[in-house]
Amino acid sequence: MFLLVTSMNFAIALLAGPQDPAARSALEFAKAVLSSGHQISRLFFYRDAVHLASQLGVQPQDESDIAAEWRQFIAEHQLDAVVCIAAALRRGVLDAAEAKRWSRPVANTATPWTLSGLGQWVDALQSADRAVTFGT
Amino acid sequence: MKSLLIISRHPPARQPAREALDVALAAAAFGVPCGILFMDDGVFQLMKGQDAAQIGQKSLAANLQALPLFGVEDILVCQHSLGERGLQASQCLLDAQVVNNAEIATLLEHYDQIVTL
Repeated sequence: MFLLVTSMNFAIALLAGPQDPAARSALEFAKAVLSSGHQISRLFFYRDAVHLASQLGVQPQDESDIAAEWRQFIAEHQLDAVVCIAAALRRGVLDAAEAKRWSRPVANTATPWTLSGLGQWVDALQSADRAVTFGT
Repeated sequence: MKSLLIISRHPPARQPAREALDVALAAAAFGVPCGILFMDDGVFQLMKGQDAAQIGQKSLAANLQALPLFGVEDILVCQHSLGERGLQASQCLLDAQVVNNAEIATLLEHYDQIVTL
C-alpha cells in the first residue's frame, strides 16, 4: 500500500542538558519540523534535559542561552512541552505546586513547561508518526 | 499498539541506568509491548552480587526484577558487550537472553520504535 503523507506528527524527546550540543540540535530539528509543514505533537524533556526548564540559569552576555531559546520557541508555537517530573524533582527543577508540596523555598520553572510523568512520553511515542530522541 | 525497544547503555552507578528502567516499566505499565536490551556498560546493571549501599546508592535489583512482573517481554543482553568486559550470562541477575550482533540487527527490524537511553 502506498500512502502519500503530506504532513506528519513528530514526538521529540531530549535527554541531554543545556551544556550538551544535543540541546541545540534538537531545537534546530524541531524548528525544521515546523517550517517543513509538519506538526510536533509533544516535546518531552528527560534526564538532564529537565535543566532547560529552569529559569535560574544565567549565561554570559556574549554566549547563547539555549534554555531561553527553547522557552521562546515553545511559547511562540504553543507546543506541548512536558518535563519528566521524577527527573526534574531529582535535579531541583520545581514548579510552584511542587515547591509547595516538598516545602522548597523557591520554584524555578513555570509555563510554557509542564511537569508530568513518563506516561506522557509513552503516549506521545504511541501516537506519533515519527519519534525522534536527541542526546545520549 | 506500537512495540518499543529500550536500549540501556549506562553503568549501574549512573542515574541514566535507573531512568532507562523507569521508561521500560512505564511503557509496560501502559500496556505497550516492550523489550529492553542491555549493552555497552549497561550490561554491568545485570551483574549479581553488587552492593550499591557501599557507594551510598539504592540497588537497581528491585527495578530489574520488576521488569518481567510488569510484562516487559524481552529482556536481552548483548553478547559482544559481555565478552568485551569478560563477563558471562551466568553472572546475570535476570534470566536475560543473550543476543549477538546479527540478532540485534533483527531486533531493530522487529520493534516499531527504539529508544536508546
